[in-house]
Formats: sequence, structure tokens, C-alpha cells
Amino acid sequence: MAIYTEKEAREIMEKALRFSTADTCVINMSGSESGNIRYARNTVSTAGHRSNQTLVVQASFGKKSGTATIDEFDDESLKKVVARAQELAKLSPENPEFMEPLGPQSYDESLTYSETTANITPEFRAEIAKNSIAPAVVKETTAAGFFNDSAGFSAMLNSKGLFAYNKSTNIDFTVTMRSNDGTGSGWVTRDFNDVSKFNATKASKIAIDKAVLSRKAKAIEPGKYTVILEPAASVGLLRNMSGAFNARTADEGRSFMSKEGGGTKLGEKIVDERINVYSDPKNPLVPTRTWNGEGQALKRMDWIKNGVVKNLAYNRYWAKEKGVKPVPFPSNFIMEGGDASLEDLIKGTKKGILVTRLWYIRSVDPQTLLYTGLTRDGTFYIENGKIKYPVKNFRFNESPIIMLNNLEALGQQVRINGNLIPYMKIRDFTFTSLSDAV
Amino acid sequence: MKRRDFIQYAGLGASALMLPSLLMGNNIPTEALLEPGMDVALKKRMADVALNTAKSLGASYADARIGRYLNQYVFTRENKVQNVVNTESFGIGIRVIANGTWGFASTNSVTEEGIKKATNQAVAIAKANSKIQKVPVALAPVASYGEVSWKTPIKKDFKDVPVSDKVALLLSANAAALSNGANYVNSALFMVNEQKYFASTEGSYIDQDVHRIWPTFGVTAIDRTSGKFKSRQALSAPMGMGYEYMDGLASEKLNGPAGLKLYRGSYDIVEDATLAAKQAKEMLSAKSVEAGKYDLVLEPNHLGLTIHESVGHPLELDRVLGYEANYAGTSFATLDKWKSKNFKYGSDIVNLVADKTQVGSLGAVGFDDEGVKTKEWDLVRKGVLTNYQAIRDQVHMIDQKESHGCCYAQSWNDVQFQRMPNVSLEAGKEKYSIEDMIKDVEKGIYIAGRGSYSIDQQRYNFQFGGTVFFEIKNGKIIGMLDDVAYQSNTQEFWNSCTKICDKSDYRLFGSFFDGKGQPSQVSAVSHGSATTRFNNINVINTGRTI
Repeated sequence: MAIYTEKEAREIMEKALRFSTADTCVINMSGSESGNIRYARNTVSTAGHRSNQTLVVQASFGKKSGTATIDEFDDESLKKVVARAQELAKLSPENPEFMEPLGPQSYDESLTYSETTANITPEFRAEIAKNSIAPAVVKETTAAGFFNDSAGFSAMLNSKGLFAYNKSTNIDFTVTMRSNDGTGSGWVTRDFNDVSKFNATKASKIAIDKAVLSRKAKAIEPGKYTVILEPAASVGLLRNMSGAFNARTADEGRSFMSKEGGGTKLGEKIVDERINVYSDPKNPLVPTRTWNGEGQALKRMDWIKNGVVKNLAYNRYWAKEKGVKPVPFPSNFIMEGGDASLEDLIKGTKKGILVTRLWYIRSVDPQTLLYTGLTRDGTFYIENGKIKYPVKNFRFNESPIIMLNNLEALGQQVRINGNLIPYMKIRDFTFTSLSDAV
Repeated sequence: MKRRDFIQYAGLGASALMLPSLLMGNNIPTEALLEPGMDVALKKRMADVALNTAKSLGASYADARIGRYLNQYVFTRENKVQNVVNTESFGIGIRVIANGTWGFASTNSVTEEGIKKATNQAVAIAKANSKIQKVPVALAPVASYGEVSWKTPIKKDFKDVPVSDKVALLLSANAAALSNGANYVNSALFMVNEQKYFASTEGSYIDQDVHRIWPTFGVTAIDRTSGKFKSRQALSAPMGMGYEYMDGLASEKLNGPAGLKLYRGSYDIVEDATLAAKQAKEMLSAKSVEAGKYDLVLEPNHLGLTIHESVGHPLELDRVLGYEANYAGTSFATLDKWKSKNFKYGSDIVNLVADKTQVGSLGAVGFDDEGVKTKEWDLVRKGVLTNYQAIRDQVHMIDQKESHGCCYAQSWNDVQFQRMPNVSLEAGKEKYSIEDMIKDVEKGIYIAGRGSYSIDQQRYNFQFGGTVFFEIKNGKIIGMLDDVAYQSNTQEFWNSCTKICDKSDYRLFGSFFDGKGQPSQVSAVSHGSATTRFNNINVINTGRTI
């Protein structure tokens, strides 16, 4: 059994700590049980189960640190792992950026665990595959999908008296439905902490409908178009943008957030004033652990407020160097939305393109946060408030900064990969070439 | 341990190098890397426990892989060592066919009891899934090799080289970059040793010792006044070699155009870092490319990634058949095109070959992860599509009797499946130098090193950047270019291939962390080529003003 209760975990870690003679010692412990099922060509292909448990000791003498890991927790193993970490620390070069571990902290209660998810069985997974494949066959489409569930815990204890513990569960589901004639493709993704919010049949239907609707797409000229981006389409670009909120690279002059002549864009307006982005581990729709790997408490934090950069993330070392308070990196990405549904946004569009998802996104220029990639699995032309016909996929070259400056409208938020992202209508989105891919 | 957690423990922070799960394992002291692994006789006995248990439970086939994966990696920035990490991962993976269906389970308890339990799980999963299986698994026959072994032909085992030597080498490269105008430099050394033992009910017991190495760095130059910054990555290639790759032998260096230094089977990291710093500074004021059609002269360390994405992946049979449809996608290179025997993948001079045998390559092994002896085979001959990459349970779907020997799992606890072998462009038969590629180009660009890359889910439309770009005008290189990316369609691109250097310019490019499958697994693969020209390719300008 790889999932330990708070009490059990604490006892094991305290025992390990007693074996330490280092100046400081940080112990992390984690465990998880996960299962998955994979299907393709309307049949199950592989399935598996994994169990994993680890205890990691970081021992330090002055600024010299060593790390050792073990997956058995008896007394002898605990002694061995602490001794190994200490040996490594003595042999290591000094790390000038070493920070003393934090003392005791207080953390908010986390909302990341669901007993229902923790109790998922292989039969339940097989049922998901069945519920996804059966309706695909009826609509002359072929299903290829993947469902993964996991339950686990993480805990931290250090020689300064800090203790933290969290239990969490998660499910991830994706399915691609391709029309049997090979000309249409649809896709859907779902993720939740609590599996009871998930309905495989309902989710699969969206992908099947898109596969059927996207058959025999027409080619239209690449260029600048008004687009409606589903949250699955914008999430990749937005998460890449959030990577630029690192204060250190901004201060060093090698980030989009660096300013001409030195300094950073903190406090500057970089996108449309309707854009508000924050992180919040307590958001019930996208909860995360309420502490991070350094033992810092995670709280709600504004990143963009009314289009202005409100915070950059400072790790403890860089905060000390700069004489500011540390700002932990965000654990999720929440962008405020509006009331409009996807249907409302389509209705309000004279000419535009609906994008299901963007794929193979890669950085082209970190200076301007320019990215390239392609549309995939359902791209449709909208005219006079209605979807008129499917269009061939496009390659785009676009920066999320330009995109968020060209905002037309925000719609409802949707959970996607642990983030909350609204539907968005954007003008002048740059498509640079056509792709024949279905 | 999850990658995110590892990076946290390693103190690398969010912006550091991303480490895939291949490098995960238990942290161990350096000297523990030298401890001998399990004795071969004991490995055979343990593997037989799995095979016999599987057979007694009704499995028609079983294989067992006992793996010990040792890794060492060193990270530095400027004059600081950020981390030195040694890891070890040890366990057994058992794969069975029961009721015509695959089942897999793994355990790090390599004892009779642990192995029996895992084998039971594997058979139980196979039997449970057989209820929804539509077509039983059919395996192509394979020879029974008995007890055999294979080892990467290395000259220096990284485990015998003191960490202090490795740290000193990286720091001297960093110092060279800083003293030549770089503002920042990050460097890293990845070293991998897979000690893997394979046994199957076909009667093979195969012991292999596989080594890989990848030195790399990124150098950044900044113009504070304009706020511009430019990075230049290393021109090294990850290799299936020992630490001798770091020797920087003069005999393995080539002089490229515009003062470039290019490397074959030996790498000079200090020399490359020196030039990288100068070039990063030069990029700050390089001319921004004018979009349009250009003849491209592509250096092997650049072309390798284009081969990887536009030839390697689309010719994986499992992709063609739809098994990867939900993740990386399918392929334009459909079975009907292959069956026609006249699908022009490229021009007449394009010959693309797959292999798992090239000395020094990342893909080279004696036997694949399902006990098939490795070989070389054609994918594209004289421009025509001739074959795919397939393993034992798929090859019958293309009416072939023998697996190609390209099955791989990233570790003992992942199930093996079809992975890309080395895929290489054969060097030209006629004697051409790099200079010959450039001298008759009126308007062109010479591109070296890997850059941004993106390709669609059926591998038609792609866009590639590079590390350094030089403008060619009337047969001569006239200066550096910036903001370059080319966009093309796979078939159009390979059919525009007009000239290939001879074998004296043939070199390997490598991808150390190629991802595929759900749950995702990484693998390492090389791509060989000589400098090659492609005419009339669409180049876009990637510069933007915000």
C-alpha cells in the first residue's frame, strides 16, 4: 500500500530525521497508486497498474548538500538513506545559492482528494473504454483513447520543524474519434480530482460529433482571422506565457518580461484590460496542494490584473538577492471569463473560425513569446452566427501577448489540465499556412 | 518520483532543464555506480521464474526484462555547479500473451516471490482484457539465440571518470563562453548506462550493456539598451558512445563555412562554447531575413531533426495503423501508398535507411527489447517508399515474416513497443563537399544545428528553425541571418532535394529524449546525413514587434 496517512507518514519521517547528524535535513515522502487503460481501432490495446513510494532525504553541511532516495521504509533502509545523503553532501561542491530550510508554516486545508477516485477498479476502466467505443461504432467512427487515474500523498518534514502533508486524486481522459472514411477527426479532454464529475459517454459524444461534422473539410486561404478558441486551444499558449513570469530571467534581461534599458515589466500593462489571471490552490474547481516543494504556503496570487503585470515569481534565493519577499510559482492558472456560452460566442460572430485545439506548440522566439503549432481535430468556418462548414487545418505563428491584446470577447470558464480557462474570441489571429492533416 | 518533484529536490527551479522520466531512479553515491549488478546466472534464474510461472498460468508466450539503469548528470551555470546527480533503478518487467491478449506487470522486488506475484498480475490483466479483444495477437517468428551478450563499443566508461573532471570541463566551457562575450551560460552532461537482461519463452537469454552520452549548453548574449537577447545552443550530438566523445580529437573535426567548427565522433566543448558566445553576440545585430523562396543548404546536425520528424515518425507502422491516433497522431504515409510501389517520397537521389546497428549511434544494440537481432533495412530507395518500421506483433499486417528489431521500453517498469530505429539519409555517391553545395546557389540560406520544430499529426506540414543561419548570395556566404524558419510539406520538401555531399561529410544528429505512447515513454535515436541541398523552399520571417 503506497498511500500513507498523515500520522503514518509523520512517524516514518521523524524516525529518519533522528538518524541525521547533518546541519540541516529535509525529508520528502510520497506514494501513489495509478491505473490506466488505452484503446485504439475500437478495441483495448494496453492496460496497466503502477504502485510507487519514495522517501527522499536532502542533508546539508553548510552550503554543501546531498540527496538520496529509497523506496523501503524499515529502520535499516531509513538509516542507509540518511547516511548516503550525508556522504554525498560531504563530497559535493558548495552551492552558493543554498537556502536554509524554512521553519514551521501554516497551510490551508486542501481540496484535492476524492475517495471515489481512489476506489477506481480495473472493471471501471474497462467500462469507460466500452462506453467510449460503443457509440463510436454506431456513428461509423473509430475511437482511440486513454484514461488514467491516480491517488497519492506527499509529505515533507525538516530539521527546523516544518511539517506538511497532502493527499490527492486525479483522473485524465482523452479520446480521438476519426471518421471511418478518414476525412474527419474529433477530440475531447477531461480532467477532475473527483471522478464522479466525469461522464465518458457524454465526453465521447462531443468527439464523435466533431469527427462527423469535420468530414471533407474545405481549404481556405491562410491569413489573419477572427477565431473562437476553445479552452483546449488556448491553454497551451497561456501556460507557455505563464513561464515568462519568472522574476530571475526577467531581471537577467533574457525574458519577454525584461525591459529595454534594464528592469522588468512588473506594473506595466501588457494585454487587454479585461484580462485577469490569478492562481488559487483553494479554488474548488481546480484545487491544488496548498504548499510547494520549498515548504512555502501557497495562497491566491494575482498575476495579471486589468491587463497589468501584478506579480513576478521569486524563489527564495532570488528574493533574498533582490531584497524582496519570495513569491512562489503558481500551482494553477485561472483566467477570469464571462457569461457567454460557446453557442453565444458563435451566434455573435459574423465571420470567423472555431478552433477545437492547437497541437505541437513550440517556441519560435522567446523575446516576443512567438509560438508556432497547428489546429487539430475540428476546425470550422463560422458565418453570420452559424457554423457553415469544416475547414482544413492551419499552421499558426502567434504570440499569446498579441492574442490577448486582440481580445474581442470572453466566454465561460472550463477546467482544462488543472487550469480554468474561458472560451475566447480573438481578432487577427495569424494563420501562416495550410495543412492536409486530418 | 515525478519529474516536477525531482526538479524541486535537485534545486533546479522551474526554469531549469526539463528532465524526462528516463533519468529518474534512486539517488546513489558516485562510487555505487561502480558496484557490479546482479550476476548473469542469477538473472537467468530469476527470469526463468517469470517464464515458468507464466507458462504454468496458461500464457502462450512470456518475456522478462531485468534492468539496471544507471545515470549520472552534471549541471552548471556560469562559474557554479548547480547539481551532480547519480541515479539507479533496478527491477523486472514481465510481458505475457494469454488468451491471445497482451498483459504486463513490473516490480522492483526481484525475488522469486516478487516475480511470481507480478507474473500473476500480468496474466490476470491479459485474461481480463481478452474479453474485449477483437483479434488475437500474432507474433512473427524469431530465432532462439541461447545465452548471448552485447556491449556498446566504448573506450572510456563515464563511471570511471571522476566527477571533478566532468565539472572542470563544463566550467572551462562556461568560462570560455563568458570571456568571449556571453552574458549567461548553462551547461550539462547526461550519461546513461542501461544494463538489461532479456529472456523469453522462445529460448533466448540476452545480456546487454548500453551506453549513451550527451554534452550540451546554451549561451545567451544580451543587449541591455535595446532589450534584445539571443541564445546559441551547442553543436554537439548525443551519441551512443562512452566518455571518449569528450576528447575533442582534431581528426573528428570539420571546418564548416563561415568559420563554423563541426564535430563527428569527438566533441570539443570548450571550442564550441567559445564560438557560440561570439555568434550569440553577432546574432544581436544580424540581418532579419526577408521572407520568400530560398535554396536551403542543411548541415547534418540540423537536417537530422527534419529527418526525425518528417521521415522517422510517419513511417512507424503503429502510427500508420492508428494505434497512436489519440496522442502523436497517424500518418500520411498510408498502406495504399506503400502498396502502390511508386509513391515518390523524395527525389531520385533520396535513399533513407533504418538501422539499429550503426557504431556510435544512439539506437545501436545487439538485440531489441523483444529479443530480435538488430539489422539495417530500406525505408525509401531512389525516392520511392519501400517499407516501414515494425515489430513482432505488427509486421504480419504488412505481409512480412520477420520483425525489424525496433522494439524498446524506456525502463523495466514500462511495457516495450515499437520505437524509431536510427533513420538516416544515405550520403551522395558523387564527390561533393560543403563548398560544392553552396557555390551554385544564387539565393539561399545555410542552416546548422537544431532549433524550433513543429509538424502536424499526419506529418504533412512542418516548420523548422535552426541554431545559426547564414545568407548565401551568388554562390558565397555573405553574413549571418536572424528570424529564419522554413515551412514545407514533407513530400514536396523531399522531392526538392537536389544535391547531397559524399560520405566524407556524413555525421550523426541525435534526439536523446524522443517521446511516444500513453503513458509517454522516451527513447534515444540518431539520424545520419551529409550536408544536403533543397531547392526553392518557403522561408518565413519570425520577427515580431510587441
